[in-house]
Amino acid sequence: MATDKNEHEKSHLIGYGTYVLSWLALLSLAILTVAVAGLDLGNFTLFTALLIAAIKSALVIMIFMHIKYDEPIFKVFLAIALLVLVIVFVLMGFDVFYR
Amino acid sequence: MNSQVLDVNSVDYLEYKGKHKGILAWILSTDHKRIGILYLVSLTTFFVVGVLLGFLMRFEMLSQGKTIVDAQTYNALFTLHGIIMIFLVIIPGIPAVFGNFFLPIQIGAKDVAFPRLNLLSWWLYLIGAIFALSSLFLSGGPIDTGWTFYIPYSSRYTSTNVILPLLGAFILGFSSILTGLNFVTTVHRLRAPGMTFFKMPLFVWAIYSTAWIQVVATPVVGITIILVMLERLFYVGIFDPTLGGDPILFQHLFWIYSHPAVYIMILPAMGVVSEIIPTFARRTIFGYKAIAFSSLSIAIIGYLVWGHHMFTSGMSDTSRWIFSFLTFIVAIPSGVKVFNWVATLYKGSIDLGTPLIYVLAFIFLFSIGGLTGLVLGSIATDIHVHDTYFVPGHFHYVMFGGTIFIFFAAIHYWFPKMFGKMYNEKWAKIAVGIMFVGFNMLYFPMFILGYMGMPRRYYDYLPEYAGLHILSTIGSWVLIAGLTIMIINLIKAVRGPKNAPMNPWGGLTLEWQVPSPPPLENFREIPEIKHGPYDYHYYEEEKVEYEHSK
Repeated sequence: MATDKNEHEKSHLIGYGTYVLSWLALLSLAILTVAVAGLDLGNFTLFTALLIAAIKSALVIMIFMHIKYDEPIFKVFLAIALLVLVIVFVLMGFDVFYR
Repeated sequence: MNSQVLDVNSVDYLEYKGKHKGILAWILSTDHKRIGILYLVSLTTFFVVGVLLGFLMRFEMLSQGKTIVDAQTYNALFTLHGIIMIFLVIIPGIPAVFGNFFLPIQIGAKDVAFPRLNLLSWWLYLIGAIFALSSLFLSGGPIDTGWTFYIPYSSRYTSTNVILPLLGAFILGFSSILTGLNFVTTVHRLRAPGMTFFKMPLFVWAIYSTAWIQVVATPVVGITIILVMLERLFYVGIFDPTLGGDPILFQHLFWIYSHPAVYIMILPAMGVVSEIIPTFARRTIFGYKAIAFSSLSIAIIGYLVWGHHMFTSGMSDTSRWIFSFLTFIVAIPSGVKVFNWVATLYKGSIDLGTPLIYVLAFIFLFSIGGLTGLVLGSIATDIHVHDTYFVPGHFHYVMFGGTIFIFFAAIHYWFPKMFGKMYNEKWAKIAVGIMFVGFNMLYFPMFILGYMGMPRRYYDYLPEYAGLHILSTIGSWVLIAGLTIMIINLIKAVRGPKNAPMNPWGGLTLEWQVPSPPPLENFREIPEIKHGPYDYHYYEEEKVEYEHSK
């Protein structure tokens, strides 16, 4: 049991390099968000903004919140929350895009 | 150390002397049973306040024009009645009181997964309640937007105190999320050996499904409330059209939470019904898995139907038929439950105890509430009765006739276990009879009034509506008489001697296998589960005696 715990803890050790890289990626994506906001992409404006936001959240959740290295059940919980979000977006889309 | 170990196993949770004394032993306790009682006391207090506000509203409608209050006060009355009853009573309701008390015992656990978080949830509930009600006593006056806080009235036009009740609802949301989180974790991590998911009592299934909705739906209303506050305080244009916002977006976000909240209110009640019926019919529940899965289906589909509150608000036609279609689908798992309950009663050895009478009243009232819900879910008829008295008639049948009647059923069912005392059954039955009559007198006329065109939330009415309004008001008096008898009967029982046996109803779930009231840590030894929760066959075939002390 104790060994299991140690192994579990060991798997949580992430090098500074990964954190710094993720941070740089987040900064770049933030700059990209601002840059894209100035372009007229028509119907794709919302889609692009959401895509960048999704990548940013994925980085935070996977790396900084350690979900990538944790038990599968947490991934299931997260997937349920994401699925709910997607369904909410789709159902609201039926109003916004068909009004 | 030894005496402490002896204590937690032999002394009941009411008499256990911990670190703190007096009221601190309650408000600082992390015992799930004491927290359940804390919720029971606070909820009942708020319920009585809500009933009094409702009584005043109905009294105002006794005659045309001003009867006792002016129009502005009437607006505040229905708003506060709604906020108190929805956010402080029926949303926390059954999960907070009976879920806290019985979920761990029913799965064979000593407590919930996070006891301190559980106590924090109660404190947040109390703080949220103070914020929600503080607008009553501050300058500007009590909030008058209705419990739905619709934009742009709530952000731009009303001069009453809107921010504090909004903040209150936000804090109450956190309390609800944390309770849900605690229950999901408890069910996943703390089930006794042998307690597989399909050996869990159906009440646990219902609380588990509800807990998921609490976790995934409540944050939406939290965010929405923050956005309304930003708009009201800093004129950020999100919902207000004059600032470039979209008022229908507010309605979407509000109902994305508030419709699933309806299922947060009713699903636990359905769980209680699934406990009471097999116990009082002495029969294994009919269609265990169908009921368990219908709880999950209601939780999932119930999340997708919010748009039916917005049929007349300018939403797209495509959305209207999609939401109408989805709404009709919810009727299927709800119907599955009702048919299974009735099938369980069929050829059962029925003992017409007080809890079962409440359940039978519930099936009658909830069926009316459910069927009138289909009238509202259908676009064509909804346009006719939208924003009329038909709507409050419908949701009072569902929420009061459904959730609150089952809250009363639950308290009469589990009272002997919670307090180790019995109430007077004769008076309890008289009370439910009076309440049933009063309830129908109060709310059924609302369907007719609504169909005739009487708008909801109006403080005055035309002469042709007078007769039904008077009938409805008299009904409220009858209902309150029944409520008073019920409350006095239960208070008398709490003050009376400890006379309840371990298993007064002959129930089979684990709470009936521990003493009344339960010891601090519930079980001397964590039980091992070998058969299903309502397996009366097992006892009959194996000729195993179980404790039934009636």
